[in-house]
Amino acid sequence: MNIVPQPTFLALDWWALGPVIALTVGAILLLLLEFLPQRANGNRGGIVSLLTFLFSGYAVWRVAGEKRELFGGMFVHDPMTVFFTMLFCSVGLLATLMSWDYVKRTKINQAEYYALLLSSVLGMIVMAASNDLITVFLGLELMSLALYVMVGFRRSQLESNEAALKYFLLGAFASGFLLYGIALLYGATGTTNLAMIGAFLADTPLSTNPMLLMGSLLVFVGFGFKVAAAPFHMWTPDVYEGAPTSVTGFMSAGAKAAGFAALLRVALRALGPVMADWTQMLAVIAFLTMTVGNVTALLQGNLKRMLAYSSIAHAGYILVAVAAGGPEGASAAVFYLATYSFMNIGAFAVLTMLGKGREERVLMSDLQGLGFREPLLGLALTAFMLSLAGIPPMAGFMGKLYIFGEAVKHPQLLWVVIAGVLNSVVSVYYYLRVTVALYMKEPEGEPVGISWGAPAVVAVVLTLAATLYFGLQAQGLWIQAQNSVMGLL
Amino acid sequence: MAQLPWLSLLVFFPLAAAILVAIMPANAHKPIRWWATIAALAEFVFSLPLWWRVIPGQAGFQFEEKLDWIPVLGAQYHLGVDGVSGLLALLTTFTTLIAIIGAWTSVEKRSREFFALVLALEAGMLGTFFCLDLLLFYVFWEAMLIPMYLLIGVWGGQRRVYAAVKFFLYTMAGSVLMLVAILSLWFLQKQYSGIPTFDLQAFYQLPLAPSRQLWMFLAFAFAFAIKVPMFPLHTWLPDAHVEAPTAGSVILAAVLLKMGTYGFLRFAMPLFPNALEVCAPYIAWLAIIGIVYGALVAMVQPDLKKLVAYSSVSHMGFAMLGLMAMNSQGFAGSMMTMLNHGVSTGALFLLVGVIYERRHTRKIADFGGLWTVIPVYSVIFLVVMLSSVGLPGTNGFIGEFLVLLGAFKHSVWWAVVAATGVILSACYMLWMFQRVVFGPVTHEENRKLTDLSFRERLVFAPLLVLIFWMGVAPQPFLDRMQPALDRVLQMTNDRAQMMAQADATATAPLASRLPAAPAAVSAPAEQGGAR
Repeated sequence: MNIVPQPTFLALDWWALGPVIALTVGAILLLLLEFLPQRANGNRGGIVSLLTFLFSGYAVWRVAGEKRELFGGMFVHDPMTVFFTMLFCSVGLLATLMSWDYVKRTKINQAEYYALLLSSVLGMIVMAASNDLITVFLGLELMSLALYVMVGFRRSQLESNEAALKYFLLGAFASGFLLYGIALLYGATGTTNLAMIGAFLADTPLSTNPMLLMGSLLVFVGFGFKVAAAPFHMWTPDVYEGAPTSVTGFMSAGAKAAGFAALLRVALRALGPVMADWTQMLAVIAFLTMTVGNVTALLQGNLKRMLAYSSIAHAGYILVAVAAGGPEGASAAVFYLATYSFMNIGAFAVLTMLGKGREERVLMSDLQGLGFREPLLGLALTAFMLSLAGIPPMAGFMGKLYIFGEAVKHPQLLWVVIAGVLNSVVSVYYYLRVTVALYMKEPEGEPVGISWGAPAVVAVVLTLAATLYFGLQAQGLWIQAQNSVMGLL
Repeated sequence: MAQLPWLSLLVFFPLAAAILVAIMPANAHKPIRWWATIAALAEFVFSLPLWWRVIPGQAGFQFEEKLDWIPVLGAQYHLGVDGVSGLLALLTTFTTLIAIIGAWTSVEKRSREFFALVLALEAGMLGTFFCLDLLLFYVFWEAMLIPMYLLIGVWGGQRRVYAAVKFFLYTMAGSVLMLVAILSLWFLQKQYSGIPTFDLQAFYQLPLAPSRQLWMFLAFAFAFAIKVPMFPLHTWLPDAHVEAPTAGSVILAAVLLKMGTYGFLRFAMPLFPNALEVCAPYIAWLAIIGIVYGALVAMVQPDLKKLVAYSSVSHMGFAMLGLMAMNSQGFAGSMMTMLNHGVSTGALFLLVGVIYERRHTRKIADFGGLWTVIPVYSVIFLVVMLSSVGLPGTNGFIGEFLVLLGAFKHSVWWAVVAATGVILSACYMLWMFQRVVFGPVTHEENRKLTDLSFRERLVFAPLLVLIFWMGVAPQPFLDRMQPALDRVLQMTNDRAQMMAQADATATAPLASRLPAAPAAVSAPAEQGGAR
């Protein structure tokens, strides 16, 4: 009984751990390279980070069909890990591309920027791959700490400092909640392993146990903060506005997806037996989240703030899928996260190009007349906005279709589905405001200078292609999303 | 399929043309409008076989194309055409051509984008008429909003942004609820047959408990009623019409409004016949209110375009009333009214566009005595106006007569009240015509007006031909639509009877939910297969 099993490491495991290792090595390499002086406009950081993401994606794709439990079941390699690792690597890749010229022109082109980017993607991957509450927490902290610094990376800007401090203080509280919740869950079930918690709950009905209830509630609060669900969303607009635009784009997609990945894993594996009791509560939170996000977004004149509220609203839509529960609901959430990541990063990639030098031109009024002056940029931004609004033939529509299609199967969720679709009508208004500014208003004041850069253009093209492709042919991603949840280890 | 995918080509040719136009050099106005016209003309010629190749005697869908689109969902790329959609598609290609030629000189700013969007819109409209898959329908239905929104918002008048956003939000608000209903239908179908599908013909076979039909019908009806637009939901229409550029108004009136009635005919009515029975009287009265209200409001409009817009509300009320009469005359009348309205109101908007282009005003008070200044224009205006009034011998008469006949068979009061709409339409149209065309020339600027150019005559000539053809010899049109309409009628009645019976025989409360019984058998089997 007490024999410690020999840790056998197959070649497969090395590939499965490839992203984790590569990202760690990449981050350390970047820091070490700082000893060698480089020009202010050097590309070193970007190249290293690009290669790291490419390799990480490749490594996990190589063993995509396999399932393994590593480190005694704390880290699992299963289809969900593969899906999210690929997603996070794409997010990281796109973030690198859109940061490339942005960090140069805003004078924050330091190796630490990319090192932090790598560590935070590493944290996301650990979150999605962990089958143990302790590793979930580890990943969450790794991701969050890196993000706190990245948000404050524009040291000379007061907004950036404010955002970082706010994010850090509130994030620290949220981590505390999560940790407390983990402790209570451990107290109630005697284990931190998700599968064992699930097995324990299946055998011993504990649904009225206050320790379990409190514990799972607190865990949810922790995740809810990361995914910006109401009422834990207060930090979002300020942080999104203050952070460098490239960081905002990165965290709006990556951190949200990671938070949901961990939430889904906990919900499916550990709390699966008691999730049915949670449906209505989750539905109410979903309703609040999307309504608060959409209604507040209506009034924003700053695009970053608007997209912050829009990201809250999207968290609400995804929570509808979580409330629908089960593997079907989870796969809808996974699908939505993927499409959302692409369209949202695309929108931010366009924003990083607005303005010359250190200036940031992200007001709604800055867009006026841009649509005809820069037709391709305007077209791309329009496509992303329509996709976020959930209008076919864009990917965002397919995401909404999947989520509401799953939720409508549950009669008790019909109200939240109707609230959800009506919410998306509300959201259309503010997404259309962007197109109104682009095409229907005459330019006012000094026209916005566009900082063209090949990497950012590549990022826009890639995200645009993904947004259109998944809108027109969602079959492939749909199947991937289903598999990722069905094959959960 | 060895056969040429004709319908797909019809749908995607304008889209390809739109993309080609969009990448032309921005300031090459002449080549742009030439190419746009050639594309629209080619599309129209290419669609002409819809007239004779769609066999009139055959009621079902023809030229079907079926490809897997999203197999996990059972969504298919499924196109098909019958008498109803064929005629409406012809109307679409015809109207687009006319609108493009009509917009030759009126759009000078950003003409490239303008013509590209009109062509893209055409693709969306044709897709909406041809598709037989509910998800595909929804995609086309929503995607079509984007070009129309931009057409109104970019090339429109003073309050264009307001009108464009209002148009988008209204339509979207209606259609998202329809999406929920479509998803529920899809889920019930999956429970019932075990196979997920969005295929319309499969839904036609799906039994639905009358109690369930009601909210789904309301969701569909809400979406379509906004588009028609029916009385309390019509407020977006005057704004959109007044602000839209002429070509936009023409397409909006001639085709987009027909999507609403077409949606009732194709989707809402045959799918939910029992709910229809419950709601038909209310909808019919709303339609009648729309007829009278639209006419009364049209009478007091000082703006020509607004007057035509409110006359649309009135005319589309006839189309809805004909559908709600639920008999063969009513259906045929409704369908004729749709076509007539497309031709006449499209022509009216073009006529208003012509003088707006010359005078940059649409106020009725700014005109007067045009008969002596621009006689050709005035004669055409007279004919179009009379056809809109419904003078026997013009197209308008046939449609309204059949609708009233159908309504009379259903309920005398419907016909009596609706008939006042005919009188009122004569009032507002003739009065407007008198103020604009007859009398002395009241404004000196109007003396310098030039009569229709050759291009403009070319635009109106086919419209006049259609007005008289459909008025004097409507039989070829009726022949083409009748089998398809009868099929809808038959199916609606059969389904209503079948489901009412099933509901009545189900004594146990559990069984009143029709799909539940087979689902109990199929659902576990399916789940077992999935795991």
